[in-house]
Amino acid sequence: MRIVVCVKFVPDIQSDRQLGPDGRVVRDGGDGTLNELDENAVEAALALAEEHDGEVVVLTVGPDDAVDAVRKGLQMGADEAVHVLDDDVAGSDAIGTARVLAAAVRHLSADAPVDLVVTGMAGLDGLTSLLPTALAEELDLPALPLASSLTVDPDARTATVTRRLDHATETLTADLPALVSVTDGLNEPRYPNFKGIMAARKKPVTTLTLAELGVDPSTVGAAGARTRVLEAAPRPPREDRVLVTDTGDAGTRLAAWLVERKLV
Amino acid sequence: MTATPVLVLLDHAADGTLRPPVRELLTLARDLAGDAEVHGVWAGGEDVAAALPVLGAQGVTTVHRLVTDADPHLSSVLADGLQAALGASGASLLLLVSSFENKEAAARLAVRTGAGVVTDADGVTLQEGQVVAHKTVLAGTWTTRCAVTAPSAVVTVKANSVAAQDAAVPSDPRVVDLPVAVAPSSTRVRVVERTEHAASGRPDLGSAHVVVVGGRGTEGDFAPVEELADVLGGAVGATRVATDEGWIGHDAQIGQTGVTVSPRLYIGAGVSGAVHHRGGMQASGTIVAVNSDPDAPIFEIADFGVVGDLFTVLPQAAAELRRLQG
Ligand SMILES: Cc1cc2nc3c(=O)[nH]c(=O)nc-3n(C[C@H](O)[C@H](O)[C@H](O)COP(=O)(O)OP(=O)(O)OC[C@H]3O[C@@H](n4cnc5c(N)ncnc54)[C@H](O)[C@@H]3O)c2cc1C
Repeated sequence: MRIVVCVKFVPDIQSDRQLGPDGRVVRDGGDGTLNELDENAVEAALALAEEHDGEVVVLTVGPDDAVDAVRKGLQMGADEAVHVLDDDVAGSDAIGTARVLAAAVRHLSADAPVDLVVTGMAGLDGLTSLLPTALAEELDLPALPLASSLTVDPDARTATVTRRLDHATETLTADLPALVSVTDGLNEPRYPNFKGIMAARKKPVTTLTLAELGVDPSTVGAAGARTRVLEAAPRPPREDRVLVTDTGDAGTRLAAWLVERKLV
Repeated sequence: MTATPVLVLLDHAADGTLRPPVRELLTLARDLAGDAEVHGVWAGGEDVAAALPVLGAQGVTTVHRLVTDADPHLSSVLADGLQAALGASGASLLLLVSSFENKEAAARLAVRTGAGVVTDADGVTLQEGQVVAHKTVLAGTWTTRCAVTAPSAVVTVKANSVAAQDAAVPSDPRVVDLPVAVAPSSTRVRVVERTEHAASGRPDLGSAHVVVVGGRGTEGDFAPVEELADVLGGAVGATRVATDEGWIGHDAQIGQTGVTVSPRLYIGAGVSGAVHHRGGMQASGTIVAVNSDPDAPIFEIADFGVVGDLFTVLPQAAAELRRLQG
């Protein structure tokens, strides 16, 4: 079984994240990392590959530093990495990124068929959750998003997931090849060990450009984006903040404050 | 863009009642439509009759009822239907309630139709004919305004972003059946099982005006949290620790990978305010924190913070509110 995992390089959520004047997330703060939620995607792929004797390719689209995201995937145990690196990709929205990733998956399929595409449930920078389903649509694959459980039957060639939505819980199944996005509730990602880190140094990272993927640059990046940030500003600090230490009447004071603020 | 109708997906429960945020979206849609009409799209086999009084009060002129054998819970099928409804209504702007399912359908529409998509907007305006979505990002720490530059726009709007108001002039909505040609590729996913979550008797977490949240500090005893929520008519939420411990159902988890809430009032009790949790609640209107540790990070974002024991502070606040409310 051949599994491609799409991963993203994002600013560490524990860091002081910023938007630039162009409204894009600042990605050169030096504290970028593999999107935490994508670790669950890598883990899911590795676990399936171990169970069904498969191979895992980690794939990312992003600037120079983004190679760190696929390196982390290799350290965790992926076999191969692909980095789509092209200046014209900058400023892509989720739909543009899906288009580039789809082209890369098709490129990989030319070598050997891809059975499963796995992604995290969302990028912790934009948190749009649009990418997985947009990618499935681009690739014309059935989508099984938000998996909190995932099984693959290699003989029947099906994937089955359970997903929890706001108002219902669903079990969905589809024939392979398919796309699955996973939640952080699915598994506990492994830490790269020393052996993994050493082995990763020898594993190849293939760099691809838009031209090599046959993607028209005007359809992706800032040129192809269908939305444009007009304005981005740090939210003003909250005013009139109150901090009390309970000396026996804090509950009463809280109630009075809520009434005074017309919050009840 | 003002000259064309605005289309709203009419999210509803299994008994056909509209989800509360739909009224908010219809209010917003009227505002954006200007002289043009507001249309609704109804997906699913439930009877639309129960919703008509609300839709009439909101001034909706036409409801496009999708007719298909395929399961509209599948995002691919829903996207087929929404695409048909966009065509039938002539709308160039579609508003949906922000939910995972709706975002999945929005992503598909964007790929299929070239529409520009913005998710989790907390406001939508028109500027020089362009749709501009307002959005809070990076765990509530930044505000942005984002213009849709494509000819058509799909925007998912968070609950509590707009105060719902009935139209000055009510309407008598027309219900029109809209047969949907479902693409064969849209039914490749099979729904093996679908279980609706039992109603709690409390408002929906995602759309409640007030949310009271319990964390590890409750040590599994949610009684004070529930009592305060009930006095305030609010929903009960939880941190990941509380759901992982099994103290409350997983659907109560608030945070970046749980439910995103932006109620008028958030009260966190025994919640430290970890960044993963903040990502799902920091955009709330007013934030109250009750925590015994004065150094808990949640105090950095709290409008009203109480350093104290939740087991004394919450019941006292509930009792006082009951007294004040008479
Ligand atoms: C990938 C990933 C995703 C995650 N996603 C989420 C998410 O979506 N949502 C989420 O919530 N978490 C999430 N987490 C977990 C998150 O990092 C924190 O661990 C969690 O939010 C902490 O929950 P807590 O505040 O209840 O517990 P703690 O951080 O342990 O805090 C408990 C607080 O209770 C206080 N306390 C104790 N006793 C009392 C008392 N009697 N009265 C008052 N205060 C008291 C303590 O002082 C402490 O501040 C995620 C973690 C990871 C790694």
